[in-house]
Amino acid sequence: MACATCLTHGSDVATPGDKLLEVDHLCVTFATEAGAAKVLDGVNLTIRAGEIMGLVGESGCGKTTLANTILGILAGNARAEAGRVWFAGEDLFALPQRRMARDVRGRRITFIPQDPFGSFNPLFSVGAQTRELMKWKSPRRAPGEHQGLAGFFARYPRARRRADAEAIVQMLRSVQMPDPAATAGKLPHEFSGGQRQRLMIALALLPQPQLVIADEPTTALDVTIQAQILKLLKQLAKSRGISVLFTTHDLGTAYEICDRITVMYAGQEVESAPVADFFGRPQHPYTVRLLESLPRPGRELREIGGEIPRLIDPPSGCRFHPRCARASEICRKERPPATSLGGGHEVRCYHPVETPP
Amino acid sequence: MRTARDIALKLIGDPSAALGLLIIVALVAVAVLAPLIATHPEAVWDMNPRDRLLPPSETYLFGTDRMGADIFSRILFGARITLTIAIVAVGAALMIGVPIGLISGWCGNWLGEALLRVSDIFLAVPQIVLAIAISQTLGPSIENVILALSVTYWPWFTRLVHAEVRALRHETFIEAAIALGVPTWRIVLLHVLPSVLSPIIVRTSIGMGFTILTASALGFLGLGAPPPAPEWGRMISEAREFLPEAWWSALAPGLAIFLVVMGFNLLGDGLRDVLDPRIRRGNPGR
Amino acid sequence: MRIAALILVRVAWLAPTLAGLVAIVFVISRVIPSDPVALLAGETASRAQIELLRQKLGLDRPLPRQLLDYYGQLARGDLGTSLFTTRAVWDDLSARLPATMELTIAAMILAVALGIPLGVVAALYRNRPTDHALRVVSVAGLALASFWLALMLQLFFAMDLRWLPLQARITGFPPPPITGFYVIDAVLEGNFKRLGDVFAHLILPAVTLAIPALATVVRFTRAGVLETLQRPFVTYQRAMGIPAGLIVWKYVLRNSLVSTVTQIGLLFGILLAGAVVIETVFQWPGIGAYAFEAILHSDYAAVMGFTVYAGVVFGIVNLIVDILHAVLDPRGTAA
Repeated sequence: MACATCLTHGSDVATPGDKLLEVDHLCVTFATEAGAAKVLDGVNLTIRAGEIMGLVGESGCGKTTLANTILGILAGNARAEAGRVWFAGEDLFALPQRRMARDVRGRRITFIPQDPFGSFNPLFSVGAQTRELMKWKSPRRAPGEHQGLAGFFARYPRARRRADAEAIVQMLRSVQMPDPAATAGKLPHEFSGGQRQRLMIALALLPQPQLVIADEPTTALDVTIQAQILKLLKQLAKSRGISVLFTTHDLGTAYEICDRITVMYAGQEVESAPVADFFGRPQHPYTVRLLESLPRPGRELREIGGEIPRLIDPPSGCRFHPRCARASEICRKERPPATSLGGGHEVRCYHPVETPP
Repeated sequence: MRTARDIALKLIGDPSAALGLLIIVALVAVAVLAPLIATHPEAVWDMNPRDRLLPPSETYLFGTDRMGADIFSRILFGARITLTIAIVAVGAALMIGVPIGLISGWCGNWLGEALLRVSDIFLAVPQIVLAIAISQTLGPSIENVILALSVTYWPWFTRLVHAEVRALRHETFIEAAIALGVPTWRIVLLHVLPSVLSPIIVRTSIGMGFTILTASALGFLGLGAPPPAPEWGRMISEAREFLPEAWWSALAPGLAIFLVVMGFNLLGDGLRDVLDPRIRRGNPGR
Repeated sequence: MRIAALILVRVAWLAPTLAGLVAIVFVISRVIPSDPVALLAGETASRAQIELLRQKLGLDRPLPRQLLDYYGQLARGDLGTSLFTTRAVWDDLSARLPATMELTIAAMILAVALGIPLGVVAALYRNRPTDHALRVVSVAGLALASFWLALMLQLFFAMDLRWLPLQARITGFPPPPITGFYVIDAVLEGNFKRLGDVFAHLILPAVTLAIPALATVVRFTRAGVLETLQRPFVTYQRAMGIPAGLIVWKYVLRNSLVSTVTQIGLLFGILLAGAVVIETVFQWPGIGAYAFEAILHSDYAAVMGFTVYAGVVFGIVNLIVDILHAVLDPRGTAA
């Protein structure tokens, strides 16, 4: 078992550098009309406390599925066939659904969605939606407070409500919303895209989580606003010591915000490295091709030949082998094991690219 | 574009749509073959006082009515009236409603708006209210029921086609055809009409069921075919005064109406799923 | 502001729509060679009698003139005089409106109170046995002829089991009306024995009337909830661990209701149409039964009056629906 170490630190408070989240050989299949799609095939991922981890890959490589699996909100036709998700020493798969919803989702792990336009309910004021979240997820919430069905009818205790309201205004200030007091009464459509994403960040940080999962949080925004939002997210997470799992298909974005980057290809992670190593010394052929597809002055753009494989009937062994120039017989047969290159740089390839340091 | 064969196969594959289709095929067969299937074809219109209000038996499957006529045979012949009313009324409504919808949807100008407003007038009261007013002024007969129903149902087709055409108007393939200088009538008939055909077919099926319900209500109120026509609604109305003793005389015609309307609704639902995957069994289509 | 403008536009449209409605019935009744006067006078009337009646009713004048006369009459709030009751049609209808309203509201409450939860359940259990069962029931509910269902319910619950009264609004003579709504009147007078009686009389007609409306509500709610469940905010709330029941019954339902509410006009149409036949079967002294009586007696003025009256009521309901929609959806666009 790769996670023997996790069992030793079972405390809630993780000190910087400790493993906060460990995804261990996770396999998720989707039942579709055409057959079972193996969307995640033995994915490993580790996030340390206070670290911003970038999860990079093309659309459809399983980033969102991984995020949803960690949150425990897989679609009805999806099933985790194998693997474990360890969070602060706890096996999330072993946790009952009710406790997962109550104590983990929105509380210890929060979420920033890709689409700040659609992720607010258009018919409720931002204030009402924020209060709803805090009613259930406030860090000031007593452990025994109205749970389950009783919670529907229970009132939001007044003292906590007041404290929460204060925290909300503070937080709106922190995410640089122009007029925190007036924000609450407005409807979501009265805000710009950038403002809405600031609100989403505020909502994600209000419960004082240990981990924030940000699923392509800037994709839907204008490029000029993207940078502001990224800076804000990085600064707020760092100052609070919150870990972030940041998924994106944009390497430039990942470079700006992340401490480490993990690359996924067709449901498998292929390389994981600190950001400097990742851009300076990429090892996996796919990573190299991905970096080469970035525009750079004085060099022609290079696309990655071939297509993303169909996940119903994926290639055997290393899923990248049909598109890989370096592929050999063994790549077709068996998935390469993770090779450590030191300094937290791991690669899964039999024929890594030797790049000059 | 899927072929008719694909659609037919998919329809038969959906149990509820297949059931609907089966019921309708049976209805048509019964209407056509009524004189052959009927156990007492002679006792549909004739008085037969000796056998009046007999309960269901081997001789009279569904019993007899106050005239001593065989209810089973009357229902079979009644299927002809029902089917005629539904086909002619909905057919006429199609002929009026679809062209007007095409014109009003295509011409976004005053003409389109005016046509739409006219159709709104017909929708200002429930169909049966207007149908009652019309058939009452015209007097009770099958022809007048058909007239009243078609005059009151066409706006539904107009509304539907109008909305679909308006949505299509700015589709790339239509704009391309306009840019290429294809004559308007060709665009409308060869490009627009085929694209709106699916919702029209769905609406037609559901409209048939709805029309049968309204027609039977008119018959029940005494506005349909005059006696002794074996119209199902009228049969139920005539059975009223003999309740609860002669319960069978009210039961069978009502079940017949229920079955037939159910058939058209199931088929309509199935067609909607097969032809128009955008909408999923939501709109009851009134 | 927005709502005031809405009301103005609606009301402004109501008059021409009703005028059109009247014109349509007028034209159709004349284009087709049939003689309402002969029908009115009866089969035994002589030619001279028919002509006399024609003059008396003003039906000998040219059609546009008749139409204008009728418009003038309507503009004065006069729907004409019923040939049968010899009272003003307007008074007749107004006196009978509470009965119809009471029945329709009861049916509406039944349809909405049962239909919305059932629709939500059907959506949540999409394509599972619960959903299939509810679908069959809702398709069946739309296929039942309401007058027949009424008879069958009477046969079973009133004639056979004798659990409920067969017909009418109340046992014995009607009490002097306060509001005309017997339920409200009984509560106002504190007469709970009568309240029970009124409820017993209300059950069968209300259930009959509610069935097709209920089926419609189930289908609309199901479709609306299914559509809303696909929206990103549902995923977001799930990801943030908001209790699942709360997401469905508070947030998803509110969004699906916006589209369901626009269908209430349609629902009301179903109910009003049903009332005409159901009131007849249950001897319910409302405007539906009145219209039927008018048909029976070839009471031309009463039928016309009923049509216009229904048009006005229907227009008002649609106006209320628009206002409700504007209130439910504060963005002013469809959800």
